[in-house]
Amino acid sequence: MIDQIKNVFDIAARSLSAQQVRLNTIASNIANAHTKVGDPKNAYRPLKPIFEAVMTDEQGQDGLATVAVTDVVALNRAPTKIYEPANPAADKDGFVYESPVDQEEELVEMLDASRAYQNNLEVISTMRTLMVRTIDIGK
Amino acid sequence: MQVFKNALQLHSDTLAIREQRSKLIAGNIANASTPEFKARDISFKDAITRAIEEEKPVLKTHSKHFDVQDNNYEVGYRQPVQASEDGNTVEMPVEQVQFSENVTRYQISLSLLNKKINGLMTAIKGE
Repeated sequence: MIDQIKNVFDIAARSLSAQQVRLNTIASNIANAHTKVGDPKNAYRPLKPIFEAVMTDEQGQDGLATVAVTDVVALNRAPTKIYEPANPAADKDGFVYESPVDQEEELVEMLDASRAYQNNLEVISTMRTLMVRTIDIGK
Repeated sequence: MQVFKNALQLHSDTLAIREQRSKLIAGNIANASTPEFKARDISFKDAITRAIEEEKPVLKTHSKHFDVQDNNYEVGYRQPVQASEDGNTVEMPVEQVQFSENVTRYQISLSLLNKKINGLMTAIKGE
């Protein structure tokens, strides 16, 4: 897998897919921001991707690195306990447990992820233009 | 063919170094959100000086000797202007500026190379 990273497009493309995974987890978290369940064990926990740098050669001598999502973990955060006896999902004491998603945090993450995505896209389009110009050398 | 080499070598070396530098900066940009990632870069001045001096390749006197890396670049670590909490030394504005500067200088070398080639063509054709 590592030896497939040959050029700048591989580097940027892998970063695009990593940011895409990050955006997906954010979408999932925001979608479940108000999910309420009767059992705290079943409450939705916000998902976070783990990013890790991937060196293009084993020794890391040429310094080239791209990024990969090694894992997606659910945060161990306590769900919010809300008294809502009218909710059909409520437990015997009338409590429901809301997923501990911090919506502001997710929005900031989303902006950061989309900026990072754009930056990588910009790298790809600039390098593509340069390549075309280099091919046309001497014309 | 020495005349072509003299005319074109410097700019082609420059293009190769600039391309390598683009890859490094692309790697930095790719890892903008990776904790503990250290941004890398090369010094163009050192790289081009080495390319001009053209060090002799290291002899392999035994079949089990490793290849000495034939790129002339020594890859260093970028000193962050403002260190971040998660140990990542990629600063997006810095990387963006370096990337665009590098791309512009690549294009300059490309234009100069083009002009050299056109000059040589004019000389060959004698029109």
